[in-house]
Amino acid sequence: MNFPAELKYSKSHEWVRVLSDGTAQIGLTDYAQKELGDLVFVNLPQPEDEIRAGEAFADVESVKAVSDVYAPVNGTVVEVNEELLDAPELINQDPYEAWFVKVEQVEEAETLLSAEEYEAFVAQEANK
Amino acid sequence: MKLILEKGAEGRHVSLLGNSQVPAVQLRAAKRAKAPALPQVSETEISRHYSALARRCHGVNDGFYPLGSCTMKYNPAINEEVAALEGFTGVHPLQPAYTVQGSLEALALMEKKLCAITGMDAFTFQPAAGAHGEFTGLLLIKAYHQARGEAAQRTKIIVPDSAHGTNPASATMAGYTVVNIPSAPDGCVDLEALRAAVGPDTAGLMLTNPNTVGLFDKNILEITRIVHEAGGLAYYDGANLNAVMGIVRPGDMGFDVIHLNLHKTFSTPHGGGGPGAGPVGCKQLLAQFLPGGRPVLQQSGSYDLEADQASIGSVRAFHGNFLVVMKALCYVMMLGRQGIPEAARNAVLNANYMRVKLQDLYQMAYPGTCMHEFVMSLQPLKDQCGVSAMDIAKGLLDHGIHPPTMYFPLIVHEALMVEPTETETKETLDEAVEVLRGLYEKALQDPEYLHACPHNTPIGRPDEVKAARHPLLRWTREENA
Repeated sequence: MNFPAELKYSKSHEWVRVLSDGTAQIGLTDYAQKELGDLVFVNLPQPEDEIRAGEAFADVESVKAVSDVYAPVNGTVVEVNEELLDAPELINQDPYEAWFVKVEQVEEAETLLSAEEYEAFVAQEANK
Repeated sequence: MKLILEKGAEGRHVSLLGNSQVPAVQLRAAKRAKAPALPQVSETEISRHYSALARRCHGVNDGFYPLGSCTMKYNPAINEEVAALEGFTGVHPLQPAYTVQGSLEALALMEKKLCAITGMDAFTFQPAAGAHGEFTGLLLIKAYHQARGEAAQRTKIIVPDSAHGTNPASATMAGYTVVNIPSAPDGCVDLEALRAAVGPDTAGLMLTNPNTVGLFDKNILEITRIVHEAGGLAYYDGANLNAVMGIVRPGDMGFDVIHLNLHKTFSTPHGGGGPGAGPVGCKQLLAQFLPGGRPVLQQSGSYDLEADQASIGSVRAFHGNFLVVMKALCYVMMLGRQGIPEAARNAVLNANYMRVKLQDLYQMAYPGTCMHEFVMSLQPLKDQCGVSAMDIAKGLLDHGIHPPTMYFPLIVHEALMVEPTETETKETLDEAVEVLRGLYEKALQDPEYLHACPHNTPIGRPDEVKAARHPLLRWTREENA
């Protein structure tokens, strides 16, 4: 399983990539996509929507279930990755490129995990 | 297999109907440019087509069907006979009430029986199934807060993470914000999390008890008390009532509003054989808000339909799926005061019998005695040899057993949720245990065999992902010529 070092992670299995202009991309981790299985639908928010850390901002549907995707940070959506709406399989194929939204006014409301910490957290989850 | 539309020939038909005495009429300005692609087949072709389809189906009349949380019990044939009585089938809901007194009395009788079983004070039969019932119940809760001038402030519905997926969906439909609270490690509601979640913005709580992991929440009185003290109402999802019917009553657990799934607990057809029925019951404090047109006995001794001024209005036409309610009424009357709790006890006994006979091999998600269903985690097997809950489920198909519910509840990894119901014999349960044990051992020796299951069914593994991503929902003669 893949845990890119430059990303930050939430315990609800989202990743955050802070870009040089101060905005951030958010997506689902490799572990999450594996656990969910093949994704068949994605619901995304609208640009200008406010997202709040810990609250659902999108949902994904696999053949098993519909699951909420939680915001790892506070912020305002500036762009959504509409490509995912027609091709949710991109999340399975390349989870760290398949970003869901780009947000600005990013505020880390709860502490995010480093790649190392997240990897340890996932190992612990899997052993539950 | 061919579709019925692909069978037959131009001009072929069934000769059952005599020559019509009604003269042919030319329709004016038909909106349709060309004739619809209706099947043109003989009676033999129709009969064989549907018999072939029936052979490819699996129903509770064909074999064991332990689909967790769905209560796939046997549907007694007498239910059908009663529902087919001419007095029930030959009436129309728009007839004046005085001409359908028997049907109204039967509905009122069913209301009385369900109130006795659940501890509620009134019922509506309008909702067509469970989720529709949830939605209706939430509208009652909303109407209650509105009447007290608190609707604007009470915007949140609390739903534990072990709830049925329909609970948060219904709450959202009703305009509420859903607050998810985690379960404690024992599978029950985490009381601390609940206390932290309630407040002046709480409209209510939705709960299934026994819950979706097959456990009776021992803190139920405390849970409903916490919600009431915060000014909220407690909603009971009746999906799992089969485990407790006639033994404990949701009304006595502190619930204010409830839906029942007649197609689960009360033995009416389910799934493709529906339709369902999801009556909603409530305590007196909500009765005035129930959907209108309920049969009420008048002083004159006859029944009339009544609606309160405060009613939320209709959620479906007339009395919902009336004949389904009649089938359930027949079931309740056949079982009676002794039979109802006996059915519940046997449902719990059957589940525990299977659980104990499997627990040395299959990992149980929660320790101890279960109610009407139990949840197994196939994670250890998957870790050991790569065989998943899905593979075991497909393996069961080869043995004529419908798989248990898979990958639910979401809080258990590789979940298989087994609900045998009370209508299965010991021999059936023993056989299913043998099959499940055999599949586990086979998985350890030959994982590839399990990955390739089912081997003996007309259809192997459909491509579920492709079906969901690119569903084919339309058939036209031109495209398929």
